[in-house]
Amino acid sequence: MVPVNYYIALSAILFIIGAMGVLVRRNALIIFMSVELMLNAANVALVAFSSANNSLDGQIFVFFIMTVAAAEVAVGLALIVAIFRSKNSINVDEINMLKG
Amino acid sequence: MNFSEAANTGLFFQLAPLLVFLPLTGMLINMIFGGKMSEKAVGTVASLASGSAFVVSVLLAYSLNAVHGELHTIPFAEWIHIGTLQLDWTFRVDSLSTVMMLVVSGVGTLIHIYAIGYMHEDVRFKDDIKRFRRFFVFLNLFIAMMMILVSGDSYLMLFVGWEGVGLCSFLLIGFWYDFDTLGQKSTANAEAGKKAFIANRVGDFGFLLAIFTTFWHFGSLQFDSVFEAATAHPDPVVISAITLFMLIGVTGKSAQVPLYIWLPDAMAGPTPVSALIHAATMVTAGVYLVVRSAPLYSLVHSASYIVAMIGAVTALFAATIAVGQYDIKKVLAYSTISQLGFMVAAVGMGAYVAGIFHLATHAFFKALLFLSAGSIILGMERGHHHLAHGHGDHDDADAHHDEEVFDPGDMRNMGNLRKQMPITFWLYMAGTLALAGIFPFAGFWSKDEILLDAKLHAEHFPGVYWLLSLAAFMTAFYMGRQIWMVFFGKERTEVAKHAEESPPVMTVPLMVLAVLAVFGGALNLPFDGFHNLGHWLEYTIGHVEGLPLDLGVAGISTVLALLAIFFSWLLYGKNPLKEGQPDPLKKPLGFLFTGMENKWFVDEGYKALVITPFEKLAKFLSIDLDWNFWHDWFHDSVLYAGFKWLAKFLSEPVDMGIINAIADKLAEWTQRSSESLRRMQNGFVRSYALSVLLGVVTILGYLLFK
Amino acid sequence: MDFELLPNLVTFFPLVGVLILFFIKPDNKVLVRWVALATSLATFGISLVLLQNFDASNPALQMVTNLPWITVANWNISYYMGVDGLSILLILLTTFLTPIALLSTWSAIEEREKDFNIFFLMLEVGMLGVFMAQDLFLFYVYWEFTLVPMYFLIGIWGGPERIYASIKFFLYTMAGSLLMLLAILWLGINQGTFAVPDLIALGGIPAGIQTWLFLAFAIAFAIKVPMWPLHSWLPDAHVQAPTAGSVILAGVLLKMGTYGFVRFNLPLFPEAAVKFAPIMAGLAVVGIIYGAIVSYYQRDIKKLVAYSSISHLGFVMLGLFALNSQGIQGGILQMINHGLSTGALFLLVGMIYEQTHTRDFDVYGGLWKIMPVYGTIMLVVTLSSMGLPGLNGFVGEFTILLGAFGSEAIGSAWYAGLSAIGVILAAIYMLYMYQKIFLGPEGSIVETVKEHGHALRDLSVREIITITPLLVFIFWIGLYPKPFFALIAPTVDNLVAVLQAAMH
Repeated sequence: MVPVNYYIALSAILFIIGAMGVLVRRNALIIFMSVELMLNAANVALVAFSSANNSLDGQIFVFFIMTVAAAEVAVGLALIVAIFRSKNSINVDEINMLKG
Repeated sequence: MNFSEAANTGLFFQLAPLLVFLPLTGMLINMIFGGKMSEKAVGTVASLASGSAFVVSVLLAYSLNAVHGELHTIPFAEWIHIGTLQLDWTFRVDSLSTVMMLVVSGVGTLIHIYAIGYMHEDVRFKDDIKRFRRFFVFLNLFIAMMMILVSGDSYLMLFVGWEGVGLCSFLLIGFWYDFDTLGQKSTANAEAGKKAFIANRVGDFGFLLAIFTTFWHFGSLQFDSVFEAATAHPDPVVISAITLFMLIGVTGKSAQVPLYIWLPDAMAGPTPVSALIHAATMVTAGVYLVVRSAPLYSLVHSASYIVAMIGAVTALFAATIAVGQYDIKKVLAYSTISQLGFMVAAVGMGAYVAGIFHLATHAFFKALLFLSAGSIILGMERGHHHLAHGHGDHDDADAHHDEEVFDPGDMRNMGNLRKQMPITFWLYMAGTLALAGIFPFAGFWSKDEILLDAKLHAEHFPGVYWLLSLAAFMTAFYMGRQIWMVFFGKERTEVAKHAEESPPVMTVPLMVLAVLAVFGGALNLPFDGFHNLGHWLEYTIGHVEGLPLDLGVAGISTVLALLAIFFSWLLYGKNPLKEGQPDPLKKPLGFLFTGMENKWFVDEGYKALVITPFEKLAKFLSIDLDWNFWHDWFHDSVLYAGFKWLAKFLSEPVDMGIINAIADKLAEWTQRSSESLRRMQNGFVRSYALSVLLGVVTILGYLLFK
Repeated sequence: MDFELLPNLVTFFPLVGVLILFFIKPDNKVLVRWVALATSLATFGISLVLLQNFDASNPALQMVTNLPWITVANWNISYYMGVDGLSILLILLTTFLTPIALLSTWSAIEEREKDFNIFFLMLEVGMLGVFMAQDLFLFYVYWEFTLVPMYFLIGIWGGPERIYASIKFFLYTMAGSLLMLLAILWLGINQGTFAVPDLIALGGIPAGIQTWLFLAFAIAFAIKVPMWPLHSWLPDAHVQAPTAGSVILAGVLLKMGTYGFVRFNLPLFPEAAVKFAPIMAGLAVVGIIYGAIVSYYQRDIKKLVAYSSISHLGFVMLGLFALNSQGIQGGILQMINHGLSTGALFLLVGMIYEQTHTRDFDVYGGLWKIMPVYGTIMLVVTLSSMGLPGLNGFVGEFTILLGAFGSEAIGSAWYAGLSAIGVILAAIYMLYMYQKIFLGPEGSIVETVKEHGHALRDLSVREIITITPLLVFIFWIGLYPKPFFALIAPTVDNLVAVLQAAMH
């Protein structure tokens, strides 16, 4: 049996990769994928704890997150397509219309 | 089962509802299909409807006789049942109601037939042929309503007929609603109809109060139960109240002082209407009501005396006015009021048989007089028409409108008509002699019986006899005046020379009526064994003393009548009225005659005392109080302005000065501080994500190292 | 089929029509009309099934739906619907008048027909709810709900001063009902339930408090009736409202006020009702006479009919506060009668207005000759309104006056005696109106219409179909009111027993 620490480490690594991706990449699609990566990092951690604590709560949560993620993909991709249509680009550095 | 068996077993009584439904059927047929039927067909249907009601009435009377006058009630349908209030549509056949049924449907049918001829010409003179059918619809409706009135078994059912005939009267008085009596465009006829309805409503108001009092004291409105309860607990105050309230209704419907004012105006209706409704039947409903309520009236003498006095005063008062009238129908109208006064006086004194007797004979001879008057008026119209259209001018289409206003009913325009209209003359004579009370015409017997009763009861009803005798004298006088003016002397206008006699469809019913006017007295002759009507009514009103012929009373009244006719001959017959000459009575009587001519200014009095104040009150209430004060001033100046002031106060000093100022300062400060913060908002998603990350790290750091 | 749910079906069925209307293009006027008419007719049909299943001999509530709705803290608000003798006739009147009113709009309403029909059906839902609700809170919701569609009906499709009239209508009613809301809350919180039958069974409200609660309810209802002197919104609303709006306003909305009295004021606060009976009867008498006299002086046909409503509803109030069975049964029947007669009057006035575009008396006259059918129908309705025996108005007025004349609660026959003067006055102003329009020589309007290239025509087939059902009931109730009394009698007898107990 693999100790729980390993999973946590994997989860942390995945999360950091995701976070860095969000911060440094300019392509909105990539940023989007990075967000997914962060979500899945959380999923890994949850499943790990669930199995370690002999409780199903974590796994149920994972299902919720997956559903939400799926919904988010749908909405997010739609938004990206909409943005691309109007700006002909999905470079986030060019999207700063909300500037105060 | 043969006929007499059916009568003996009372099978015919089940026909009573037909009294109402037969005329209604005639009405509906004419209403729905009449548009496509010829005038003759419409008239025939209507006459048949009324005639079949007469047949039913005869059957009912026959059966009633077969069962010795025993009261029969025929329940038809339930009506209003609430708690102890139990009202049904129940028909009542007793000797009193059958007399009324026979009079109403009998005279009614004759008038229907007459009206076929009359209206045929009338609608042509008035240039609206389509209205022919409407007349018969209304006439049939009237018969139905009258039947409800006389055959109802409760005060409320009587009331239904009571108001129903009022409605028909309204519709028929205003039948030529776009004209006045002279045939000019006007609202006058419509106004006359409205006046009749409203005056009757005032009476109905009294009747309603009587009904309410009756119900709450005697627990029922059904005749027999009321009388039973009233005789069991004769509370004089209550019964006086009931009978006096009822009297208000009687003065309205039977045109007694002070509510009689509508009847003269009601002459605006076509002549058959005046004959049927405003002489023979509807106006006698009040008399019927008093006789019907005889058990109540006989319990309180004071109320009876008031009734008798009102009748006697009306009889004299109206007779004086009749003397001063020039319109042939107006004279008859006031005469009707006067004769109704006789009846009311009679029933007030408890002389119910005499009252009903006079009701029946009066129905005959007054209908005869009115219809003959109608024949005269139409004869004049024909003459007028002949003159207007006989002298060329055919190319001038407007000639009709340029004609001088001509009153075909004004006796001053007549004269010597016995030459042009001999049949009508003789018929009119028969009616006149009956009305004047000349032996042996019908009016002689009935009027004499009333006078005799008044004389016999003079102790309890002082004054009545003298008033009535005086009225009888006047009656003979104004009828004599009318005869001389209309039929004798010289023609006072061209039109009178060209007057034409009426066709048989009009004169034949008149002849039937004339026969009744001559021999109607046989109903109740003052000889033993001939008190037919008295015995017949005994079944309903209890034992009646059959009065013998009192030669004293009869002699006095005959002498008075002959004297009056002689006077009228002196004044109008010996030296016939010339064209444009004032009435010969004007000089000797002076202002008295002015009063008679102008109906003692009663209409003007009503206008000044009732109508004008009412209109002023209505104007004040609606314009000043309701609209200007309550709707506008109170609403605008109090509610709306008050709210506006409050709103302004709250918005300017309170809201803008205090609350808004605080908010403004707050906003200003927020704006200034946010000015400096806005630089953080650079719009790049990544920098926001970085701040989130930093935030998370900070929180995590805090949690780790706290 | 479970008939217990029928009241809900009747109440909300018009919403089906509303839903369908949402999906119809506004240009398709014919379809819009037919959908709305069909819905209202179907609602009427269902209400007949309701009548079929209504047990007239049972005085209690029937076909009850009672579900908890809002239960916060000790508030027990329920969704409580049911039918009894007090409401069954009014429910039928509502479902009966709505299709008639809708049919009358086919030529009268030319703009935004779809919206009009939607509002109208929503109004029907509100009115039916008012008559079915047995929970005070639910009642209040429906009560206020009726205001909204009516506000728009007057405000959008009304006459020239429609905005003023609609706001006045809204605010007057609203102002009154706020007091009622306070009273409702007091009752609900202190008695622990908002359900009316439970409140009646519980009883035990101290006499002093009853007075205040009675007044709070009474003001709300009196404005709606409207009782003198709270009537000044009525002429405006009636004159400005479109024909169909006037019909429903006079026919049903005003009855919500009188219904409120008999449903809430009398059984909930019997002691106060007994105490206030002479005062209420006095106000009713003043209203009868005042409304009648003021009617006489109007020159605008609609205004005359509006003021006559004040007089007629005075009769209803007099009957209700006679507190005996003749008075109350007569009062309830007179609500129906007034709905029929005055509804018909407004319809008829609307029909002539469509041709002449004026309601000023003085230009009319002599129309009977030109429009015989119209004149005859109008005559019947006029006579019904002035209480001619044999027509519906008489049965109501007679029983009311009879009840009031001997009423123990009112305590004097004077009230009824004075009110009977209203019968005379009714003849005066009604005949005056009839004469002005139909009798006499032709008025100037005949020429005016001709100058515009038309000629006055008699009623069309559709108009006759619209008015005929009303005429049928005018005669039916006048000649044979037994079935109608039979529906209300048991419930009223129960109510009278309660009131009698309070009196002694």
